[in-house]
Amino acid sequence: MELVTQIAQVQAFTAIALGLIIGLGAIGACIGIGIMGSKFLEAAARQPELVPLLQGRMFLLAGLIDAAFLIGVALAMFFAIANPLLSKLHG
Amino acid sequence: MASEPQGGLTEYIQHHLTHDVITLGGGGFHLDSWIVAAALGLVFVLWFGLYARRATSGVPGKGQAFVEIVLEFVDGQVKDVFHGNRSFIAPLALTIFMWVFFMNTMDLIPLDLIGSAVKGVAGEQVAHNTHFRLVPTADVNTTFAMSISVFFLIIFYSIKAKGGWGFTKELFTAPFHAHGIVAKTLLAPFNFFLNLVEYLSKPVSLAMRLFGNMYAGELVFMLISGLMMSWATFVPGVLVNAGWAIFHILIIGLQAFIFMVLTVVYLAMAHEHH
Repeated sequence: MELVTQIAQVQAFTAIALGLIIGLGAIGACIGIGIMGSKFLEAAARQPELVPLLQGRMFLLAGLIDAAFLIGVALAMFFAIANPLLSKLHG
Repeated sequence: MASEPQGGLTEYIQHHLTHDVITLGGGGFHLDSWIVAAALGLVFVLWFGLYARRATSGVPGKGQAFVEIVLEFVDGQVKDVFHGNRSFIAPLALTIFMWVFFMNTMDLIPLDLIGSAVKGVAGEQVAHNTHFRLVPTADVNTTFAMSISVFFLIIFYSIKAKGGWGFTKELFTAPFHAHGIVAKTLLAPFNFFLNLVEYLSKPVSLAMRLFGNMYAGELVFMLISGLMMSWATFVPGVLVNAGWAIFHILIIGLQAFIFMVLTVVYLAMAHEHH
């Protein structure tokens, strides 16, 4: 196969992979944040005196939920900018 | 990088992603991460040490009050999670929190500030060959160094709390408990495997979480700066950079906080008996 075709193929597959990484990660993170936020609001409405305690934990968990997604985004952006698979093709 | 830079945005970002590497004992050593991390650690120690030395029981000044607020915040978090003597754990948590926070904050310094300074002093060619990454926590080596230190502390505290024999026994008998020698030996490999995964996943997740967040944040700054380099896009560039920076402040504080809390949680778990 010609080099140009190979490069185009790698780029195409990488682009699809990037979309999958970011898209699926975003779905998971959003569902997680949504569930947690709704539960937090419910809990805050039931027992407003617990809000300061819960708020700290909510932010902690928000960071934990976001983390896997952001690791995925970092990986995806690394592949988008400096694709190691492509540079292997260049030899 | 093995591939030739294709110019434009790709070259710009690849240049900014390259560390200042020196060869040390046969391996590459990221000098920039090390210098910045060490300098920020010193800043933290000197700053907090100075106020701790000059602390008065009278009306505190603004500087002392700030240090006391941070100290009490961290101590309160540790008190919630860790029950027992925290004469070592609380200072450890404070150090981790402030140090990671300082290192993350380097992200907010404009990306090309150092590059422009080098360019202004030594010229374009030197600036092209100089690589300096300002954010130590966007370097996987720094985060893993911290998390592996935490990992050794977990092992140390497990052995300290349970004794060498108790620690070894727990590796093979938890989480699945059994009665009778046959069932125990049958479950021992599974227990050991589960414990191994549990122990090893702690430093990896701790390091990758911090690294992934800071690396992604840094890359977005690079993308913004790289895409808006011309004079025509100067004002929108500043606005977009400022927008991302404001959002990023949340991540900076949150990740430092999470690293600290999880360290304390892991150390508290090390003290628990099964």
